[in-house]
Amino acid sequence: MRALSKTVTILVFVFLYIPMLVLIVASFNTGTDMVVIKGYTLANYNALFQDGVLLPLLLNSIIISVIAALVSTVLGTAATLGIHRMGKRMRRFAMFLTNIPLTNPEIVTGVSLALLFAFAGQLMKIKTILGFGTLLIAHITFNLPYVILSVQPKLTQMDPNLTAAAMDLGCTPVQAFFKVVLHEILPGVISGALMAFTMSLDDFVISYFVYGPGFVTLPVEIYNYTKKPLHPKIYALFTLLFLAILLVMLLMNILQARDTARHPGSPAAAPKKRRKLDTRRTES
Amino acid sequence: MKRQFLSGPYLVWMLVFTIIPLAIVVYYAFTDSITGAFTLENMGAMGTYFPIFLRSIWLAVVSALICLVLGYPVAWCIAQEKPSAQRFLYMLVMLPMCISFLLRTLAWVSLLEDTGIINRLLGAIGIGPLPLVRNDGAVILGMVYNYLPYMIMPLYTVIMKIDHRLVEAAQDLGCDSGQVFLRVTLPLSVPGIVSGITMVFVPAVSTFYISQKLGGTTSTMIGDVIESQFKTAYNPNLGAALSLVLMVLVLACVAVMNRFTGEDESVATI
Amino acid sequence: MKKKLCRVSALALVLVLALSLAFTGTASAAKEAVTINVYNWGQYISDGTDGYIDVNKAFTEATGIGVNYMTYDSNETMYTKLKTGGATYDVIIPSDYMIARLIREDMLAELNFDNIPNYALVGDAYKNTAFDPENKYSVPYTWGTVGVIYNTKYVDEADTGSWDLLWNEKYKGKILMFDNPRDAFGIAEAYLGYSVNTESSAELNAAADLLLKQKPVVQDYVMDQIFDKMEHEEAWIAPYYAGDYLLMADENEALGFYFPKEGFNFFIDSMCIPKNSEHQAEAEAYINFLCSPEISGENLEYLGYSTPIEGARDYMDPETAESEIAYPPESVLEKGTSFLALSTEATQEMDSLWLKVKTTGGSKAILIGVIGLAVVIVVAVILLLLRKSKKAKRKNLYTK
Repeated sequence: MRALSKTVTILVFVFLYIPMLVLIVASFNTGTDMVVIKGYTLANYNALFQDGVLLPLLLNSIIISVIAALVSTVLGTAATLGIHRMGKRMRRFAMFLTNIPLTNPEIVTGVSLALLFAFAGQLMKIKTILGFGTLLIAHITFNLPYVILSVQPKLTQMDPNLTAAAMDLGCTPVQAFFKVVLHEILPGVISGALMAFTMSLDDFVISYFVYGPGFVTLPVEIYNYTKKPLHPKIYALFTLLFLAILLVMLLMNILQARDTARHPGSPAAAPKKRRKLDTRRTES
Repeated sequence: MKRQFLSGPYLVWMLVFTIIPLAIVVYYAFTDSITGAFTLENMGAMGTYFPIFLRSIWLAVVSALICLVLGYPVAWCIAQEKPSAQRFLYMLVMLPMCISFLLRTLAWVSLLEDTGIINRLLGAIGIGPLPLVRNDGAVILGMVYNYLPYMIMPLYTVIMKIDHRLVEAAQDLGCDSGQVFLRVTLPLSVPGIVSGITMVFVPAVSTFYISQKLGGTTSTMIGDVIESQFKTAYNPNLGAALSLVLMVLVLACVAVMNRFTGEDESVATI
Repeated sequence: MKKKLCRVSALALVLVLALSLAFTGTASAAKEAVTINVYNWGQYISDGTDGYIDVNKAFTEATGIGVNYMTYDSNETMYTKLKTGGATYDVIIPSDYMIARLIREDMLAELNFDNIPNYALVGDAYKNTAFDPENKYSVPYTWGTVGVIYNTKYVDEADTGSWDLLWNEKYKGKILMFDNPRDAFGIAEAYLGYSVNTESSAELNAAADLLLKQKPVVQDYVMDQIFDKMEHEEAWIAPYYAGDYLLMADENEALGFYFPKEGFNFFIDSMCIPKNSEHQAEAEAYINFLCSPEISGENLEYLGYSTPIEGARDYMDPETAESEIAYPPESVLEKGTSFLALSTEATQEMDSLWLKVKTTGGSKAILIGVIGLAVVIVVAVILLLLRKSKKAKRKNLYTK
């Protein structure tokens, strides 16, 4: 059993990273495509840094994804807490709402949001309403379901008595949330935030209809590259992005590990603390 | 409890940015694309598209199941690691998603083509070109690849919190590892499974780019059809009607799925 | 907990700051008094790649007018975005049939040609076109033709010359076809000898039947993937734009090109100004700038399409400028016809026929789908029933 899951896990990671490997190799290719490697060069990276368009667009993408992920995580986590306390019927309605942005094909969401914005623009007499704001609203809207769906299982799994216990021990509801609940659901919150970030970073269909002059994101631009084959500098761009994010991940991991080593009681050493809590729960 | 009000901002947000656009979609679905008058014609045209609906739902179901089967062991393995390794591994699951979806799909095309990387490697050892691309299998592969992380994430967050003592207790009571899995671990991870399947199945039904690049001449999916109504056919009304029907079908599927868990929430929370 | 959150957010902040610092050098799209919104096809202007001219930068340097550059992937998405509103655009560059549609729907501004002196350099062949007969709304940007690209290594020269190569059983599975109804029907109509702008239902149906007949020999319906597939010989035959053939031939020398004898599509992409533009004079300055022979020459040298500007070819690589494929002789060109805007009804009929073409033949796959779904449903129902009975049993136990 264990061996089998290990094998599957390794194979899945290989599966997830094979296209990355293809992309990275292609970024050093002297030719233009991914299959035929004509030779190795750094020219694509050079071309990337000379290009005045792609890097600012990547920055735009990162800005919008970070903000959208943060806002939707806060909003979505609060919403999940609320939904969790609702009666059965209200909860069903809320989950129905949550599923709508997921079910609609992106192009439908994009066009209908664009119509809504254009209508609002007419009402407010703003000629160019499409821009950073509308893009952000759209991103938050399609991120919210992912946050809710990843926080919800954690909340379902959490022992409802925990909050009560914390409050019995003298916590205000706010304290109880930050000291107990948030700690319990944190993995779900983090994975929701991560998903929201990647969804935003990669969206092009919805973004296409709600972006305005002056704030274009990278995936939108790349999706429109249909007139000619992709220039390999795009591969170089994503190789760098890939490595940059990997680096940030490693850095965060090392920082956290050091944190754990230095302050064993700190939140980063969560599992220990949890076990303590768990024991208390079973004993009482 | 007061906590309910926490979802206030969310509900308002969704009412404004989901329900109003949805109302626009409904309005379009029941009006004529040329005259703008009320009509049921768009809905009447659904019959023609029925096989495509079925096919899309089927491919999405298969993808979601494969994601579950592949994702579960991965989530489980990650959850067995040290906390620091866990954090790193689960970020490693998400990392490929940061790379443009278009590029990832194109990378798969260049891997699977007749003259692609895999077939070139196979050719070098004397195996003729295998038909790896332009079939439903390739479409499913593309969908699994694209959505797998959205399955692993919720599974992992749920499995890591399963109380290990329950597993031990089951073992003490004489369960073998298969029984432990079926009777303890699996039922306890149901909330994660539901979230995961929703996040994979629901968006997969309406994907459009994957089938264009990896599918063959007959693998048109409903997402492609809807897209073409907005793009080439100048018939957003039919597109709106199609997506409305799609939404109803998918929500029905999700509702059925929730029946499996809705009554069992007590088990999930212990 | 707070500490960790602080740390994570601090890290994120530092990252964003570092990135923005790194990019300020490139991102400072100088803040000029006026900035125009230019809306064009993706990759449809020379942007400084591979040492070619950066047209937008050159324009800003020459005139002091800033450019907000945005792109689209097809005429139709551009149209949708224009129609939904919410933003204004100053210059757009659609194709012929889309311009006709925009004129018909009164969405374009009449140009003030006093601001576009370079219009005098536009060749006569590209004036008084069917889509803008009075030359009031558009100034040509590029033009080109559609022909057949084939791989000389595998395709017998004797089979070439006509559109029928795309129907040739001999090359089954190695033939590519346009993945959009207008171009695909255009080919079938030309092959049948109809007008490419026909709105007759009978002719459209006949064209659809012909496309259905072609389906078994087609490898795939594609657009920009044609480049990769032709270059590394995944496919041998494909209809595409002459200008793009020149780019492909640079990568694979075995590729050949011909103009089908039945006639072919001749397209012009022109610059226009939407009616709601707020900076028409500056937009006209932009159009004028793109029409100067030097800019047009260098720009289109990069794009590979043909220039309508007289004198622009002097600024091109002689090999491109003299290519008979980019600039075919009059005797060939007269067989080209351009697309006009079809009525909405005809467009919708064409599209639903196209959908039929694309979805026919998948019956086996659909059958599998139906059976598979049925199995899933049956299993689900059985599971639900089992669970219910189990629950009932459990209840009984408790009540006992």
